[in-house]
Amino acid sequence: MKLLKNIAIVFVAVTVVSLNAMAAGAAKHPEKQVWSFDGITGHYDRASAQRGFQVYREVCASCHSLKYFHFRNLADLGYGEDMIKAFAAEYEVAGDPDDYGDPTTRAALPQDVFPAPFANDNAARASNGGALPPDLSLITKARHDGSNYTFALLTGYSEVPTGHTNPDGTAFDLTDGKYFNPYFKGEQIAMAPPISDDLLEYEDGTPATMDQMSRDVVQFLTYVAEPKLEDRLHMGLNVMLFLAFFTLLAYFSYRKVWANLKK
Amino acid sequence: MGHGPAFEPKNGAVKWFNDRLPILSLLHGALGPGYMAPRNLNYWWNFGSLAGLCLVIQLLTGIVLAMHYTPDTLVAFDSVERIMRDVNYGWLMRYMHANGASFFFIAVYIHILRGLYYGSYKAPREVLWMLGLVIFLLMMATAFMGYVLPWGQMSFWGATVITNLFSAIPVVGDSIVTLLWGGFSVDNPTLNRFFSLHYLLPFVIIGVVILHIWALHLPGSNNPLGIDAKDDADKIPFHPYYTTKDIFGIGVFLLFFCAFLFYAPNAMGHPDNYIPANPLVTPDSIVPEWYFLPFYAILRSITFDLGIPFTDIVFIPAKLLGVIAMFGSILLLFFLPWLDTSKVRSAKFRPTYKILFWFFVVDMVILTIVGGKKPEGIWPVVGLIGTFYYFAHFLVIMPILGKIEKTLPLPESIANPVIKAPQKGI
Amino acid sequence: MSTIDQSIHGDDVTRRDMIHLGTAGVGAIGAAAAIWPFVHQMNPAADTLALATVEVDLSQIGEGEGVVIMWRGKPVFVRHRTAAEIAEAEGVDVSSLADKQSDGERVKPGKAQWLVISGVCTHLGCVPLGTKPGDEKGEYDGWFCPCHGSHYDISGRIRKGPAPKNLEVPAYAFTSDTTIIIG
Repeated sequence: MKLLKNIAIVFVAVTVVSLNAMAAGAAKHPEKQVWSFDGITGHYDRASAQRGFQVYREVCASCHSLKYFHFRNLADLGYGEDMIKAFAAEYEVAGDPDDYGDPTTRAALPQDVFPAPFANDNAARASNGGALPPDLSLITKARHDGSNYTFALLTGYSEVPTGHTNPDGTAFDLTDGKYFNPYFKGEQIAMAPPISDDLLEYEDGTPATMDQMSRDVVQFLTYVAEPKLEDRLHMGLNVMLFLAFFTLLAYFSYRKVWANLKK
Repeated sequence: MGHGPAFEPKNGAVKWFNDRLPILSLLHGALGPGYMAPRNLNYWWNFGSLAGLCLVIQLLTGIVLAMHYTPDTLVAFDSVERIMRDVNYGWLMRYMHANGASFFFIAVYIHILRGLYYGSYKAPREVLWMLGLVIFLLMMATAFMGYVLPWGQMSFWGATVITNLFSAIPVVGDSIVTLLWGGFSVDNPTLNRFFSLHYLLPFVIIGVVILHIWALHLPGSNNPLGIDAKDDADKIPFHPYYTTKDIFGIGVFLLFFCAFLFYAPNAMGHPDNYIPANPLVTPDSIVPEWYFLPFYAILRSITFDLGIPFTDIVFIPAKLLGVIAMFGSILLLFFLPWLDTSKVRSAKFRPTYKILFWFFVVDMVILTIVGGKKPEGIWPVVGLIGTFYYFAHFLVIMPILGKIEKTLPLPESIANPVIKAPQKGI
Repeated sequence: MSTIDQSIHGDDVTRRDMIHLGTAGVGAIGAAAAIWPFVHQMNPAADTLALATVEVDLSQIGEGEGVVIMWRGKPVFVRHRTAAEIAEAEGVDVSSLADKQSDGERVKPGKAQWLVISGVCTHLGCVPLGTKPGDEKGEYDGWFCPCHGSHYDISGRIRKGPAPKNLEVPAYAFTSDTTIIIG
């Protein structure tokens, strides 16, 4: 029976591992970073996420939408109600049609989503040389190892190394208007290097290095992709402890019932 | 199987009710002290009740999700994200449902393998086995349609690829696919009918589960020795012995389930399904959920036409042959009670079958891995060998082995070996 | 059966009972706790709650006119009352009413010209007529519910018909002289 059990455990383990291995692509695998939201006691670093929101607002938002992010969600990042209203009021969104049926605009309210930079996908393509900047709401979940991947992508731009080849051995040829990035599939990307040192001035005075800004914006985007992570981990710990206790009790109860049968 | 003590309620009101609707007697006889089970069932027998637990979890969370989900291609993805973000405990419900599907298949696969190892499909339990296979097929249909509902990239392209399988059928194939789609591609009508059927089929599963339990209770449970339980010394009442054991099993199972649910909820999903469906862009590689991978590998491994070699005469084109192989690999199992010619049920007394059973398990693992790989390099060859072995196991090994295998002597009764060597068996 | 009898009448009954009771008790607590998410998911979601307040610009509403605002999926009547209407509302003998409330209790101090009331009949939830110029206003010059014939006066108080209570005054506040926020 022991052998049977061990083999079964290996069977399940191999199956699960093989699933995770499937998503690997041809591009360079991102290095693992240390994140506050990793591990069973993971949490979001509010200060970092707030800085990340600033990076998104001042850099990413000119091309990338964030369609599942509402201004009201900023409360989770530690902003007060008045701050959120003020943030929202800086943006204009479509209002109800007026009495003559003509479209109107109004200042955004906390319940509104962050306005998208382009009216639709075609407008976005037209402004970006034919490439569609993806919505970033789920970017860290829609890519394998998403948080590390996004960080690696943002910081991974370089010149094409001399003598660089494609996976099949042919000479690597960078298309006009594209940039070399080993973490992107095909190793060339239409997005220009978006982040550089001192691109902006942080409101909290943190030095705005490329590494810092990338780290902060990944913190923010990971929050936007998985806003309930803290609730989940917190509930998870309670549930696991409860189940462990219950299972132990159930085991003793089961052994007690069976004890006399065996004698 | 013998019967335990009859249900005799002491409370007058309970007796009054039970005399008029004997549902309490029924439960007493099915899951209570009235059902006598072999005394030597091991932990592998826990997975039947665990599969039942998974079905309940899927039903409860599924009904909740349907309260918030919108089956319309324009907003399906958004409505799922609203569940994840705005609905109270919505993230918990969706992650339970998504991981619950995987754990349902884990429980059922172990349940099936247990049946294969201990010969639970053999007479007089053939119909019991076949009802189980019907449940398995219904589960696969339900899981497939459920995976389409979030309307992500994998949803859309999985639906496109799987429905296109039917186009391999000669003459009427394309008409059938159009019928399934309700249009000329996977689109809103497809999503709507998949939602309807995804909600319906679980209730059909409940019905077949009841038949499955009914068919179980006539001959009673098989056991690790594979011999019939003879007298009362071989049997113990289901309650409290197996109820307590099942509850312990549920605790352990939930610990594994919750570890995934709370700490790796997306580990068994695919990142591409967090990208909204786009009919113009096919993902790099379309991978089904892990529980379909062995069958997907069988489908893809057939890349040759069946015909007369060195001529242009083709009887069955490769595409159709692959589809036949995939469906055949499951339908084959319906004939297993007769393909296995051995008189002995349990692998415990079949030394050669015991080894070949594990060969079969390894073959399934290999097919699972192959199903998740892109069909290039060595993988198509490995897949073809794995597929060949899968069919050989059931069509060649099982019939021949049963005739020639030298089995070990069977014990006299369940109670005897248990009483003589109490440290073993249970 | 002998082995089974032994187990039922074992020698350490109390300890065994304790562990079974403990398991059952802890299991019941777990099951009860697990029910809550399944119930709470039916409560208003975060996006629904975010829409729970609405701002109204009063400067567009002329004297003697009213508007209907959607608030929490239901209508709210905002009426700019004339001096005559206020006088009529204040002149009613409160003790004669079914739901005794003076007009002063139903408006903000010093803002008697602005009546803000829920547009949901307190009988069975229909929307009373009377806001639009051509509507039937009922016997008391306020609102009239066509479903079962409830008559409300110009303060939104029930005067005749099956409705048990006055039209409800929602929580609202003036953020400026011409703006209110409901909710």
